Order: sequence, then C-alpha cells, then structure tokens
Amino acid sequence: MTGFLIIAVLVLFAVAVWQMKGIFQLSQIKKGDDSQVANDKDNRFNGKLMLWFLVFFYVFLIYGFWEWTRVLLPEAASEHGKDIDLLMLISMVIIMFVLVITQFLLHYFAFKYHGKKDQKAVFFADNDKLEFIWTIIPVIVLAALIIYGLFTWTDIMNVTEDEDTLVVELYAKQFTWEARYSGEDNTLGEANVRFVEGINTIGIDASDPNSMDDVVTRELRLPVGRKVLFKMRSQDVLHSAYMPHFRAQMNTVPGMITQFAFTPTITTAEMRQNPEIIAKVENINQLRNDKNVELAARGEETLDPYEFDYLLLCNKICGASHYNMQMNIIVVSQEEFDTWMAEQTTFGETLNP
Amino acid sequence: MSTEAHNHTADHHDDHGHHHKDTFITKYIFSIDHKMISKQYLITGLFMGIIGIAMSILFRLQLAWPDKQFTVYEIFLGKWGADGIMDPNVYLALVTIHGTIMVFFVLTAGLSGTFSNLLIPLQIGARDMASGFLNMVSYWLFFLSSVIMIMSLFVEAGPAAAGWTIYPPLSALPQAMPGSGAGMTLWLVSMAIFIASSLLGSLNYIVTVINLRTKGMSMTRLPLTIWAFFVTAIIGVVSFPVLFSAALMLIMDRSFGTSFFLSDIYIAGEVLHNQGGSPVLFEHLFWFLGHPEVYIVLLPALGITSEIIATNSRKPIFGYRAMVASILAIAFLSTIVWGHHMFVSGMNPFLGSVFTFTTLLIAIPSAVKAFNYITTLWKGNLQLNPAMLFSIGLVSTFISGGLTGIILGDSALDINVHDTYFVVAHFHLVMGISALYGLFAGVYHWFPRMFGRMMNKNLGYIHFWVTVIGAYGIFFPMHFIGMAGLPRRYYTNTAFPYFDDLANINVVITIFAIITAAVQLVFLYNFIASIFYGKKAPQNPWKSNTLEWTAPVKHIHGNWPGAIPHVYRWSYDYSKLNKAGDDYVIAGQDYVPQNIPLQDNEEEMSH
Repeated sequence: MTGFLIIAVLVLFAVAVWQMKGIFQLSQIKKGDDSQVANDKDNRFNGKLMLWFLVFFYVFLIYGFWEWTRVLLPEAASEHGKDIDLLMLISMVIIMFVLVITQFLLHYFAFKYHGKKDQKAVFFADNDKLEFIWTIIPVIVLAALIIYGLFTWTDIMNVTEDEDTLVVELYAKQFTWEARYSGEDNTLGEANVRFVEGINTIGIDASDPNSMDDVVTRELRLPVGRKVLFKMRSQDVLHSAYMPHFRAQMNTVPGMITQFAFTPTITTAEMRQNPEIIAKVENINQLRNDKNVELAARGEETLDPYEFDYLLLCNKICGASHYNMQMNIIVVSQEEFDTWMAEQTTFGETLNP
Repeated sequence: MSTEAHNHTADHHDDHGHHHKDTFITKYIFSIDHKMISKQYLITGLFMGIIGIAMSILFRLQLAWPDKQFTVYEIFLGKWGADGIMDPNVYLALVTIHGTIMVFFVLTAGLSGTFSNLLIPLQIGARDMASGFLNMVSYWLFFLSSVIMIMSLFVEAGPAAAGWTIYPPLSALPQAMPGSGAGMTLWLVSMAIFIASSLLGSLNYIVTVINLRTKGMSMTRLPLTIWAFFVTAIIGVVSFPVLFSAALMLIMDRSFGTSFFLSDIYIAGEVLHNQGGSPVLFEHLFWFLGHPEVYIVLLPALGITSEIIATNSRKPIFGYRAMVASILAIAFLSTIVWGHHMFVSGMNPFLGSVFTFTTLLIAIPSAVKAFNYITTLWKGNLQLNPAMLFSIGLVSTFISGGLTGIILGDSALDINVHDTYFVVAHFHLVMGISALYGLFAGVYHWFPRMFGRMMNKNLGYIHFWVTVIGAYGIFFPMHFIGMAGLPRRYYTNTAFPYFDDLANINVVITIFAIITAAVQLVFLYNFIASIFYGKKAPQNPWKSNTLEWTAPVKHIHGNWPGAIPHVYRWSYDYSKLNKAGDDYVIAGQDYVPQNIPLQDNEEEMSH
C-alpha cells in the first residue's frame, strides 16, 4: 500500500515536472518577450493548469474519502457520541458541498477568464443584492449549526449526578494515568498532592473517612449503560484525558478538578465484533506481520499481534514521553464490573494490610 | 503661486536628503527609510522562514519513519540526533520553535513588517513613516529578538519545547522538561523584545495611516492593502500587550517564586510551594493574543490579495465597502473568540457556548470575502502572473481551511478533534499556507518596487504549481488522521498499535512536505538571482492604479521627486468605460491611476 502511494505521489510529481517543461518550451518560443509580465500564452497555459488543478483537487478528495475513511474512528461507544457523530456528519456534508462549489467557481473562473489581448474586463464594482444573498445564506446556515451545536454541547456538559452515577477520578502525572473509584459510598475521599507519599501515589487524604473504600487502579474498567462521571486531577503539568472512541475529552489541570461524564453503550467484547473494527484490526495485523518479516530478518524483536481496546490517551503536550501516556479502557457488563471491583484492594486495605 | 511654493518645499526636502551623503551604515544598516526597512524585514523574515521550514522537514522525517536512522539528524541536531536517532525532547523543541518562528517571525514580522513598511507610505502618498526613527528601532528590536531566538537553539539543555503556546506548568518548571530551563528563558526574553518591536511598528503604522495621507486620499479611497495593514496594526496594539503581561507573569513564576499559573504541584519527588495559581488563566491570556494573532497574520495577506486580484483581473475589487466592513468585523470578532481554543480546558461550559457563538459568527465576514474574491475574477481579463496565481491559491486554501473551522469552532464537535491532526491541518491551511501565499504574492508583485528588477516568471510558475499541489498534499490527508483520533505533538505513533494503519498516510504527507520544501529553493534562487541579475523593471509593470507605481524605480529618500501626488479617485478604476461606453476612460488604457483627475467623459462614482 505504501509502495503504491509513493508511486502515485512520484507519478504526480513527474506529471508536474513534465508540465513545467511545457512552460519552458512556451517561453522559448516567445524569445522576443522577456518583460517577465504574463503574456497571452502564459495566461492560456496557466488557465489550463487551473482546470487541471481542479481535477487534481477533486480526484484527491475522492481518493481521500475512498481510501482513508476506513482509518477513521468506528461508531461512537457512548450515548452522547451519537449526537456528536450526527452533528459532525451534517457539518461535513455542508462543508463538502460548499467546498466543491466554491473551488469549482474559483478555478473555473480563473480558467475561463484568463487574459487575452482583446478581451475586456467588465467594470462590476458592487451589487447590493448579490452581497445581501451571500451574507444571509451563511447567516442562516450558521445559525442552524450554532443552535444545534449549542444544544448538543449543553447536553454533554451539563452533568446531572444521580445515585446511579459512577464517580471515577482520573489522575494524571508524567507519564501515566491512574484511576480511583469511589467505592461503596460512591464518594471520593479528599485528596491533594501534599499527601503524596510512598504507596499513596495520588495523594488521598487518609484522614477522610470517605477515602477508605476508594480503589486505585492502573486500568479503567467501566460498566456498560451506566453514566460515569470523571473527576480529573493532575499532579504536575497539563494533560488531557482523550477517549476518542467515546467522543470524550477534558484537560487535567493541576490545582483544579475538571470533569466530564458519559455513558458507555458498547462493551469492549462487542466492539471487537464490530465489522469495522474487525477489518481495521486485520489490516493492522497485516501491517505488523509485514514489519515482523523485516524485523526478524534483522534479528530484532518482533511485534505482538494487536487486539482492539478502547484507549485513554494524553492529548496535551506534557513532556518527553507525552507520546506514550496511555491507559486501556475496558467496558464490561455490570456483573463483570462488580466481580472485578470486589477483587480490588481498597485504599484502607492498602494502608493497613 | 501656492503650487510653486509647495514645489519649492518639496525640492528642499529632497535636497535635504543629499546634503548628508548616506554612509553604508546609515543607508543599509541603521536606515530610517521605510523602503530599506521593509527590505530588512523581508530578508530577515525569509531567513527565519528557511530555519522554520527546515525544522518541519526534520520532524516530518521522524513522523514518517520513526524506526529509521537518519544521519541528517546528527548533522543538524548534534547530540540530540546521535546515531541518527532523534531525541523525543528535541522533537518537541522542533515543533515548538517551528511554530514560534513561522507564526511570529515569518508571518507577523516578515509579512506584515515587510509590506506595511513598504506600502503604507507609498500607497497613501507619504514621504515616509510618521517616525522613521521608531521604525528603525522596531526593526532592530525584531532583529535582536530573532538573534536571541536562534541563540536559544544552542542552549545546553535544548531550546523551549513546551509547544508554541508554552502552557505552564510545563513551560514553567525545568523539572518537567529540559527545554523549560534556559531555553524557555531565552524564548520569553526574545518574545518580550519581539512584542516591543511589534508595538512600535504598529503604532507607527496607525499614526501614519491616520495623519499622513496625501490630499484627496480619504479613508474610502484607501487601497484594501492599507485598510488591512491599518486594522492589523490596531489588533496588534490591542492584543500583544496581553501576551506581554502573560510572558512577564510566567517569567515571575519561573524565576521569582510567584504563583500566577501554578498550584498544587508534585514533581520530581517533591511538592512545590506554589498555591492558588491557575494554568487556565495563562491560557486565557495567551489566546487573547493568540487568536487575534491569526488575523494579524492573515489580514495583511488578504489585503495584499485584494490588491493583486483586482490589478491582475483588470477589474475593480468586487464590493469594496463590504470588504472593508468584513475586515473591521473580522478584527472586532477576532478579539472575542479566543475561548474556542479552550473548550476542553476546564473552563466553564457556559463560556464555551458563548465562544461557539462568536466563533461561528466570524465565518460570515470570511464567507463574504471569499465570495467577493470569486466575483472579482468573474468576467475579468485575468493576467496570470505568479503573484496572481498565489492570490488565487490563497483564496482556495482560505476556503478549504476556513470551512473546517466550522467544525472546530463548534464546541460539541471540538471535543473529539481538539489537539488532533485535524486542528493542525485546519490552521496550517487557513493561516499558515494562506498567509505564506500572501507573502509570496506580495514578493512577486512588489519585487520590482523593492529592488527595481523583475523576478523570473517561469521560475515563479514552477514555484507556484508545485507548492499548490504539495501544500494540499501535506494538509488534506492530515484531516483524516486527525479524525482517526491521532493527537498532535506525538514523537512517534508506534506506542499505539491502534494507529499503525496511519503510518502510510504519514509517509505520504512527509513526501509531499519534502517536495514542497525543495521547490521553495526555486523561489529562493529566483529571489536572490533577480536582485542582482533580474531584468530592469519599468515603472509600472503590472499597470496598476496605486500610488507606489507613480514613484520612480530608483529609490529616493522621500519617495517622490517634487510634489507628492494628489489623489482624485479610488484605486480600483480598472476597465472603467467612458460615458459613451465605447472605450476606456483613458482611450486604449484599461486603468486610471489614482493621481489622474476626473476626466470629462467619465461618470463619477461614489468613491
């Protein structure tokens, strides 16, 4: 695939060079004219190239959508994610519509009206009606998008906490994530970096009774169909908790608690059966196998086969290993979640084993 | 009698220049002549541009082939690229300095500095800037800040590496990354000087445009270039001081133990004393400049394009008043949209709603501008000079890049593409590439005015066509890897097998980037060779209406020998017909320069 793409690019480049040769030839025919101001031949030639560029632009656009849509994120695995995806689709369609038309007009006009010796330009300085039309159309379209967008945004960000909400703290530090579950009382104990010491790696206040049943883990396990409210802290620099499959992101800020809530709708096991994901994983493993052949030939360690998991990535530059600050997210059924939770040691137990 | 007296003063003024023979130093180095200062800005800006683009090639190599070794790293990065392997810290330093240099040093100083200086006095009919001395100081402060920024590359622990947005605490704590030590100090000092330079320049531009317009040059007769430079300068004066205060507070946090931006931090095994500060405050202050900065970069490019498109279409710019209104609206809105960089920063979600609203509003004047450019082309007689091609290219990237802004400006959609390559693609197209095209267009168009010679058009065509394909080749695929969830500023994506299938696309992007960067050498060659060996330029090669083309090719102190030309019309009387409608206003000539009085056979327009 890479080979093909490289060849495609090189061919395009060769075509470009070949066209350049045309320019040189043209300029050689016109020996007498060295004013360095475009003459009719230049205008005609570049006008034509404008059309060819338009073709390139559309082909590239189509190629992109044809070839690269399969690398995009699969369907949203959270409730609000579906709204975001729909809004994204609507916005995309509008954008593509406008893009295709305006680029056509721009480049087509550049071709159609390329300068000729006897051609007269039309003195057309303004037209209130036209300008009104193309002011009011964006106003209407954007108003619709703004209203839709704001409703979606408010729905996502207005977190209403009820008894069933699972409260989880996400704790960021250079360059790992930790999670803290609020335990049976569903209340996180107080915490501050000033309490960080030894096994108390995320600074839980041991004097707060609420903290005793808290559970600290290195992986994020969530029950499906239940709203999760993330309370986020950072101990050193800014990080960002980015969970692309859930269409969720929030920065973690030292000195303050930020929050984001969503309801997972698809378990990890179900997502692994999603046809898009199956195809993606197959493709990735194919690529990894190809690479393994190379690695093995050089006697280096080979790559493990890949299996899909939801991801939590750091998405705010945070230092040298920013690129590898990650945690797996595993969405399971409520029963599986409960079993798993029962196996964990609480903060109280860690302190007094 | 009065005319004579006027001429006499003018002559005297001109003589005045000859009394003191310019030495090499006063003419080429500490010059107070706006034309020389503009050349100094351009050449410094281009030099910084070479560094900035070279850096981007280095980190693109790393992104495309993370497991390959390149000796080129060792050559340019020394110990940071030992054995041809790039150090993760230096990767971050490269993206940081690339951003800083391109945004501030190339596209702010190099673009606005060059053309505001060159064109404001020449197009409004002034002998020079309001204060030549301040203008000189402005350039030399810029030069000093460039030198410091380059010096910071050679600091022991490496240059600033916290991203061009230098968010604390990462930028405040040397424990967090090596680049936040001396490198960051130099970055901040350099930027503080840069801001001083920018303010001196901007104040000068504003005063000059308000006070020194020639007789008849009302505000509604100003070429759109001047409108753009004027409004840009105002935005700069409003917003740059805020960045200065942010930088100052960051310096205090770093060096004097204050806690403006720091609170509750545990790093390198110890708790810091800082309490009560907020990094979000810094983000507000930074983006209060940072967003208007986008328009500080873009508006001059749009102004240049307006002028070039009208001239080369042989048509008036369509909807002059709407264009001015759009510039003003964009300028105003640009100062109240900064929060769209911070939707997921932890600020109150209600604020997010407000900023979504204002942000999407800005699409309206932008759309009006795009439509007006397209309509200007319609039924024109397009002279496809390299400058014109780059202007058309600018409109193209301005549209493509601007449209994706509708997604990023929408807080709900921003959640999932924030800080991914989607953002990188968006802003590179809409402000990076567009503004660069504006810069190139300006250089090709006003080169005869600056250096008295013509640039080679064929090399210009090669430069344009390869660049235009390459630029889309780089940034169009980036939208996809962004929507696939790939975060920016990752040293390598191999830590996530999930992103393995994006590796091919990254290779494509890098190949386009190398080709595009290589073809800039054609421009560079053309630029330098033309300064010395270019064909001698006629006075008005593009048959343009604006006043700068009425000045002699050879630069003189005071711009015009004799009296300053007066202005009788707007600058867009291209292809205007006489009353009878059988020929142009001036028979056989499709343009009427601004200094030509109203003709008998001509209908007066409202301009």
